[in-house]
Amino acid sequence: MDSTQSFRFFNRGPSSVARLVFFAVFSLLLLFVDARYRYLESTRSALSMLVYPIQRMASWPGLLWQQAGDFYITQNRQHNLITENDRLQQKLLLNAAQLLQLQALQAENQQLRKLLEQPFRYDFSAKLVEITHAERDVFMRRVLVNKGENDNIKVSQIVMDDVGIVGQITRVYPWMSEITLITEKNHAVPVQVLRNGLRAIVFGAGNTSELTLRYTPVSADVQKDDMLVTSGIDGLYPPGIPVAKVISVVRDSVYPFANITCLPMGGVDKHRHLLVLSNMPEQVDRPLRELKNSNATSRGMTRSKQ
Amino acid sequence: MLARDINSRSVIERPVSNFFIFASVLIALLINGLPWGGIWLLLRPDFVAVVLLYWCMHKPWRFGIGLSWTVGIFADVSDASLFGQHALAYTVLAYGGVVLNNRLQMFNLRQQAIHVLGILSLTYIVYASVHWMMSGHITWLYFLGCLTSTLLWIPLSILFQAMRQKRVENE
Repeated sequence: MDSTQSFRFFNRGPSSVARLVFFAVFSLLLLFVDARYRYLESTRSALSMLVYPIQRMASWPGLLWQQAGDFYITQNRQHNLITENDRLQQKLLLNAAQLLQLQALQAENQQLRKLLEQPFRYDFSAKLVEITHAERDVFMRRVLVNKGENDNIKVSQIVMDDVGIVGQITRVYPWMSEITLITEKNHAVPVQVLRNGLRAIVFGAGNTSELTLRYTPVSADVQKDDMLVTSGIDGLYPPGIPVAKVISVVRDSVYPFANITCLPMGGVDKHRHLLVLSNMPEQVDRPLRELKNSNATSRGMTRSKQ
Repeated sequence: MLARDINSRSVIERPVSNFFIFASVLIALLINGLPWGGIWLLLRPDFVAVVLLYWCMHKPWRFGIGLSWTVGIFADVSDASLFGQHALAYTVLAYGGVVLNNRLQMFNLRQQAIHVLGILSLTYIVYASVHWMMSGHITWLYFLGCLTSTLLWIPLSILFQAMRQKRVENE
């Protein structure tokens, strides 16, 4: 029995209590600094290079599984593949037609905006990224993707899929970056009800794939099945991209705000590939915008709602 | 006693190579990093915590609080959690392991598991309280991981014991 004990013939350095206190205090300090000031991002990205191989290896089983699935599909489901191909082709045609219409509208819109002396809506470009793994913290709604600083990904860029907004880049490492999904608790997106242009802010609900429309008065005109699109007011999200669909509206006169639950449009926890939007317009300085607005109102024009 | 039976075969301290310790921690980090999701993420035992606890209990002067803290920092980076969250949790865990080291050797596996449950709950309380400080709510289901980690403790310590045994017999 005693053989398992360490004899204290030699001094083994500070006692374990001293070590515990030292490291615990150091950890608490780190926690405080990281939570409050975010000074440690460079350290984090340096350490992430060491962890990267492990993370890469950890994503292999998932990739293998997907590849096996793909292989199975190509081998045994040729029929399925053909029908899928047909469907996609049809969709492409439909989209192409819509795109033509959109381009015509865009030109018209630009011309109208020029007439109104309004700033243009900018075109943005997109970059395809692949999710390497989901966040392993149950509390967080985040995913990590396979492109980072080396591919010119920057913090606060917007991430979407083919249907709608999925999230936002919150951290960038050399070879990967972290996306906070819109379902993350307290993550806010400024939106607008498509039907009537009502502005609101949609928040993540945390542990479920739901969103809530907070601070919307009981009297606000929001109905079930209303579509919410980005309003673009914050200068971060491009305007007009679908975000969520209202699934329930509960109005209790006891509370000043209505309890509105929405479902995200984008496949927030479905897809493997996502688009990161870049080349977003620079945010206009505040005084300038106010000046423009005052000019616009002085000429008797109503303020645009985008 | 059962524990004495297990330990009586090992009157001489079995050597453990640094490589074995290092590899086991690395593999635990890898398993933690597998794409777990949904309910499996809730049920997933914290492999790194269990492995660290094993080494802190069995080899406290080789694998102590300092190394556990370092592993915690790496876990923080790979989980993209706040810096210091895992580090703090693993520091507490390692201290529990080191302090209970002598006592735990006297218990059999079942009695050990009860102690391990206590230490692991402390670890999970650290996680949960850090999260609570940041966001103001606690997900109680999160503590399921604490139970599964304790269940993992039993097969894991049998496995490690067996692997260490073999190593000696080969030499």
